[in-house]
Amino acid sequence: MRICFFKKTTFLGLGLILLTFGQLSHAAAKIDNWQTSQGSRVYYVHTEGLPMVDIQVVFNAGSANDGQQFGLAALTAGLLDAGAGKWNADEIAQRFESVGAQFNISSSIDLATLSLRTLTEKPLFDKALETAQVILTQPTFKDADFKREKNRTLAGIKQQEESPGALASIAFYKALYANHPYAHSESGDIKTVSGFKTEDVKSFYKKYYVAANAIVVIVGDVSKEQAEQTAEKLLSGLPVGKKPEGLPDVTQPLAGAQQHIEFPSSQTHVLVGLPGSYRKDPDYFNLYVGNHILGGSGLVSKLFDEVREKRGLAYSASSSFMPLSKPGPFLISLQTRNDQTTQALQVLNQTLTDFITKGPSDAELTAAKKNITGGFALRFDTNKKLANYVAMIGFYDMPLDYLDTFEQKVEAVTVASITEAFKRRVNPQLLQTITVGKSAEKSVK
Amino acid sequence: MKNRLLCTVLLCLPVLTTQAETKVSEHTLKNGLKVLVKEDHRSPIAISQVWYKVGSSYEPGGITGISHMLEHMMFKGTDKHAAGEFSRIIAENGGEENAFTGQDYTAYFQTMEATRLAVSFELEADRMRHLHLLADELKKELQVVTEERRMRTDDNPQAKMNEQFMALAYSNSPYKHPVIGWPSDIANYTVEDLNAWYQRWYAPNNATLVVVGDVQPNAVFDLAEKYFAELQPSDIKPIKPQTEIEQLGVRKMTVKVPAKLPSVILGYKVPALKTAENENEAYALEVLAGVLDGGSGARLSTHLVRGKQIAVSAGAGYGLTSRLSNLFELEATPAEGKTVADLEAALKAEIKKLQQDLISDDELQRIKAQVLATDIYQKDSGFYQAMEIGTLETAGLGWQKANEYVPKVNQVTAEQVREVAKKYLVDDHLTIAYLEPQAINTTTEKKGAK
Repeated sequence: MRICFFKKTTFLGLGLILLTFGQLSHAAAKIDNWQTSQGSRVYYVHTEGLPMVDIQVVFNAGSANDGQQFGLAALTAGLLDAGAGKWNADEIAQRFESVGAQFNISSSIDLATLSLRTLTEKPLFDKALETAQVILTQPTFKDADFKREKNRTLAGIKQQEESPGALASIAFYKALYANHPYAHSESGDIKTVSGFKTEDVKSFYKKYYVAANAIVVIVGDVSKEQAEQTAEKLLSGLPVGKKPEGLPDVTQPLAGAQQHIEFPSSQTHVLVGLPGSYRKDPDYFNLYVGNHILGGSGLVSKLFDEVREKRGLAYSASSSFMPLSKPGPFLISLQTRNDQTTQALQVLNQTLTDFITKGPSDAELTAAKKNITGGFALRFDTNKKLANYVAMIGFYDMPLDYLDTFEQKVEAVTVASITEAFKRRVNPQLLQTITVGKSAEKSVK
Repeated sequence: MKNRLLCTVLLCLPVLTTQAETKVSEHTLKNGLKVLVKEDHRSPIAISQVWYKVGSSYEPGGITGISHMLEHMMFKGTDKHAAGEFSRIIAENGGEENAFTGQDYTAYFQTMEATRLAVSFELEADRMRHLHLLADELKKELQVVTEERRMRTDDNPQAKMNEQFMALAYSNSPYKHPVIGWPSDIANYTVEDLNAWYQRWYAPNNATLVVVGDVQPNAVFDLAEKYFAELQPSDIKPIKPQTEIEQLGVRKMTVKVPAKLPSVILGYKVPALKTAENENEAYALEVLAGVLDGGSGARLSTHLVRGKQIAVSAGAGYGLTSRLSNLFELEATPAEGKTVADLEAALKAEIKKLQQDLISDDELQRIKAQVLATDIYQKDSGFYQAMEIGTLETAGLGWQKANEYVPKVNQVTAEQVREVAKKYLVDDHLTIAYLEPQAINTTTEKKGAK
């Protein structure tokens, strides 16, 4: 079990798809929605069959809220369970483990998420919930814990520097977003993180971890009444506070640019893209379905076919839109032997340009729609996947029928609407290109 | 307080164990294909996996990695379907598909809306016996696999270290070589090599078909008869045991690669469930791994990452379900100002404690509670359930072991854990690798507007 090579690991989880018409009547999920007494929105879906529940609390407290203190959101999230109430990190971990609960805190660009997976058996559930509540509302941020976690963060940042893929990604965001809060790495950099004080983390927590800035997601085998009590209990003790201000708008880069980072690797990592789509984008489904055809559908996409199947230039070649509050990246990426970089980049750019110019064929669009709608049920076939969808819907304030109308919206897309959307939104003149590897003249094959 | 809660956990055991029971229906076709079906009606989908009893541990020198190469070639067409068509058909049916190769298995899977199971059966049956292995396709796919190796191993310091470590730790066990294969072997596969490998291992009597999802077992058996029954079985010759010889002293190596952080791996030779003289020993080793690394409350995080703060990360692992004996591994990355020697000493001190003192009731109960809960959480994923059945069956353990796991772990005692620590975690059976980072010089060059 220790080692397994997925043929195309990169594509697992992208969610493929398709349809029988009868299947459309299978309601995605009935999402119940209300507010706690302190005004936090709650999203609840009842599922049966397993005595377990997934709970998430999501805050608008991701790296986009770092200000100039790059890495502060991530470090704050990482410190919450390092000490809370009267418990230290060991005791907290042991409380969860003694009831078999799984607890995790993570942060990304837009948000920070506390996830708790626990059995529903009352004494077990109660202990897990109490522990999570204390972590959420009474983190202690002791100096010793702060120092240790800061040092671990610094080690993690150093480790990124031994990975050409990580370096490429950091440079890519910088190229796309310049001075926008999306530009910096979520974990921050050595300089900013080294300068953090305990007070910084405390004030970040105080500002962002408040009821007005939280949503709660509950998916599992608990009744609505239990869900109501759970949400209320979990956030009790959290001040109401207020929502943070919105992020500045993202502007497109002024001109296309290419940047090469010389690195002693056998492959060059190639990243090409620009700011793409956001969650409430009216063009979202045009871009999503279009990208599915271009490079989002794993083994059958145009990019995969041109780069890998026809030419054997790379193991993975794909493209994606990452919709955030503001336009997240549209990214095309591949990795290839250093001396093939120019050729691979040329194939990549040609495939993209052709797609923008000509759009997809009718047959390609039909195949994509069949794939997406026919595999619709696979998107939320586990509590975990469903909880993630519900969290997305809640956090970005999407309509509660988002999943129910998903297939209709995919069906409504046309060749013309995709082509127009790509022309409008992906200007080849503005593409940012990052390469990390050994440049051709220096590499000896 | 603590005691009361522990009792609660224990009281829950029988109830939950019953709920988590894996019910598998079994049917074997005349040609030897074993079909295993597990119903899960929580979602209208079905996962279908075909597992072949072949993987890197079956490979002789000179063609290491050929199981993985063949896995790639399985997408390159048959008598009935051209290269790439397989994937297009699955995609048009809304399916997710992929394949994976390990030391002991090669497996192919599709996940689709449950009424489309026939689509995947038809295609899997076709490529089980009628694969086209063409020189042109091999030439391209060889490049792809070479790129895969570069990405996964050559440019990844930890993976590279691990590969060198395994090669040193084993003397004659086939676990010595990497799943993806050695570079010069990959570069020299021929169509004949692949064809011979395909003919030797790809047959219904060397495969297990696992289906988990919104299906009825009898309907799945009928469908399997319809598509797979006509396939001819092969004369599958059992593989030689290649039992690892006894190690006669500690082995140490330094791996110098471009990297930023040092690290250390320790590996002790241990039996797996399949090879243990007494199965209890394997379950005790599983609990031992939990004591060291069963979450943030386990000893390595508590003592080394927090407590002494000499590691920024530390972990331990054991492969319960491998076909051959393997390694109990510990690995760690030192904190700033600490060395791999400090870490090695600290990890060994942890081992020594386990050999001298009994683990506490509290620890043992915590691990059992986690095992129990995790067993239920894993039922949330049909894919995981199919993986579990396929892995156990293909390693020669039988899917029934899935149901024994929780009760067997529950029977493990503190004395048994101390016993296996004393018996197996001994210096003479230890291999250590140190990653010694070499400088990485990066320079950035802006090429401006393109």
